[in-house]
Amino acid sequence: MKITREDVARVAELAHLDLSETELATISRQLDSILTYVEKLNELNTDDVEPMAQVVPPRSTTDGQSAGTPLREDTIEPCTVIGEVLAGAPDPDPPYFRVPKVIER
Amino acid sequence: MTSASPLGNGATWTIPSVREALLAKRISARELVSDFLARIEKRNPELNAFLALSPERAYAQADRLDASIAAKEKLPSLAGLPLAVKDVLSTHGVPTTCASRMLEGYRPPYDATAIERLESAGAMVLGKTNCDEFAMGGSNENSAYGPVRNPVALDRVPGGSSGGSAAAVAAGLAVVALGTDTGGSIRQPGAFCGIPGLMPTYGRVSRYGLIAFASSLDRIGPFARTVRDAAEVLAVIAGRDPKDSTSAEAPVPDYVAKLDEPVKGLRIGVPTDYFGKGLDDGVRAKVEAGIALLERLGCERVPLRMPHTDYAVATYYLIATAEASSNLARYDGVRYGLRVPGTTLMEMYRNTRGRGFGPEVKRRIMLGTYALSAGYYDAYYLKAQKVRALIARDFAEAFRQADVIVTPTSPVVPFRLGERVADPLAMYLADIYTVTGSLAGVPGISVPSGKTAEGLPVGLQIFGPAFAEDRILRLAHAFEQAGGAHV
Repeated sequence: MKITREDVARVAELAHLDLSETELATISRQLDSILTYVEKLNELNTDDVEPMAQVVPPRSTTDGQSAGTPLREDTIEPCTVIGEVLAGAPDPDPPYFRVPKVIER
Repeated sequence: MTSASPLGNGATWTIPSVREALLAKRISARELVSDFLARIEKRNPELNAFLALSPERAYAQADRLDASIAAKEKLPSLAGLPLAVKDVLSTHGVPTTCASRMLEGYRPPYDATAIERLESAGAMVLGKTNCDEFAMGGSNENSAYGPVRNPVALDRVPGGSSGGSAAAVAAGLAVVALGTDTGGSIRQPGAFCGIPGLMPTYGRVSRYGLIAFASSLDRIGPFARTVRDAAEVLAVIAGRDPKDSTSAEAPVPDYVAKLDEPVKGLRIGVPTDYFGKGLDDGVRAKVEAGIALLERLGCERVPLRMPHTDYAVATYYLIATAEASSNLARYDGVRYGLRVPGTTLMEMYRNTRGRGFGPEVKRRIMLGTYALSAGYYDAYYLKAQKVRALIARDFAEAFRQADVIVTPTSPVVPFRLGERVADPLAMYLADIYTVTGSLAGVPGISVPSGKTAEGLPVGLQIFGPAFAEDRILRLAHAFEQAGGAHV
């Protein structure tokens, strides 16, 4: 077993997911088979390989020919949709989103 | 299939024919919209390709175009194009659910850049298409709103995750549809429904307004009934957008003008690693017949190796789920969509996420969270990033020997609904030929390459180097014109 039911319950905590007992059992079994499968990556020696986090390297300038993703100027622009955003929220209290009590007294 | 309208079944329209009919006044843009909406009304109960329609928006656009035609103004390039949009792309005021209960009733306050650009070019948005929940799946069976049926064979899946977009175009319910491709979600449903589907280079098309799944992999691209139409659409949506810092500042070639350039002499790399065990015999035969057709067009077949192909599924599922677990953290019941009450903030989060997400999304969040968690990060996520570099190296090496790489799009034919849902790992393994190009960031297109003896469509996949969409479109176009769909 690569992963136990307890491991899965702990990961569900981290992910803020409320899972039923049935879900915990199913996911444990499925994650176990997936994690066993991905073990195959260990067949490869990657000691001298740089990890690849993204495809296009970010750049601040471009020569106009090759691809680049230049950073934009850090300027403030007005947000014009605040009303619509709040209108779509489950419990708006403009200009805030209301949530259940965070601190117990 | 036939509609009451004298205008045919919808599956004959293309971007040039729409334009020509509008200019010749054989049809108005308003009539086009009503014709397509009527057809959707009729076929959607069976196909379940659309989750929401946007008639007001489509008619408003049609009326602008009709006024423009009456005033003899110059028409934009996609004037009157009936367009469907995958439900992971934000549309101002139009429900956008990602096929999830989590976003039921959500109406975005703005438009995705790709949609904004298409509408500026004259496209008419008919509605939003069904997909796997948050674009996670390869069969469209993970939608919270029910599966989509393949219009080519109704007992089969249309592929996924952009199954609704592919089905809509294949059934003539839209002329073009936007999909998104993270690990094959445009190319595989294109193959399953027998139409072209294009995944552009990573960074080629702005993703502003695309609801994120895996940010280092997600891309937006078109489904169309002809390669030319796909090129027309790419020409409009490609290019830098200041609102998406990952969109590349690279010149956008005239994709349509370049379609008719010769393909003779192109070196077609055929990696043996894509033709091993697991490849369905019927698919293999049709892809081989497709490659033979390319050779008859004067292309040179170059056998080569891409030795890390077999590691791509494991790499992809670690990286994609890690990114998903982070991206989907935003669904917490606070700012949009579903909230399931709880007495504390934490309980509200857990209840909302526990009820709002479906089984596949939960599974991927769990895998991704595990792969990123303390003590496992190096063994899983970092290892996967290193193997990703090796897979990208395979592509760089292959493109030194060949101009394009040609493979099957999927190892299997469209399967029956329900046939594969019980085994997620088996479903993941079927992504083997598409996830490679996703990880490497290169563009890929699937084009129809005949049908199996049972009459099921087969897709031929063409990969090109980064930003060489013009090359893969040109080859796909030549292939299509030479009868590729009937090899």
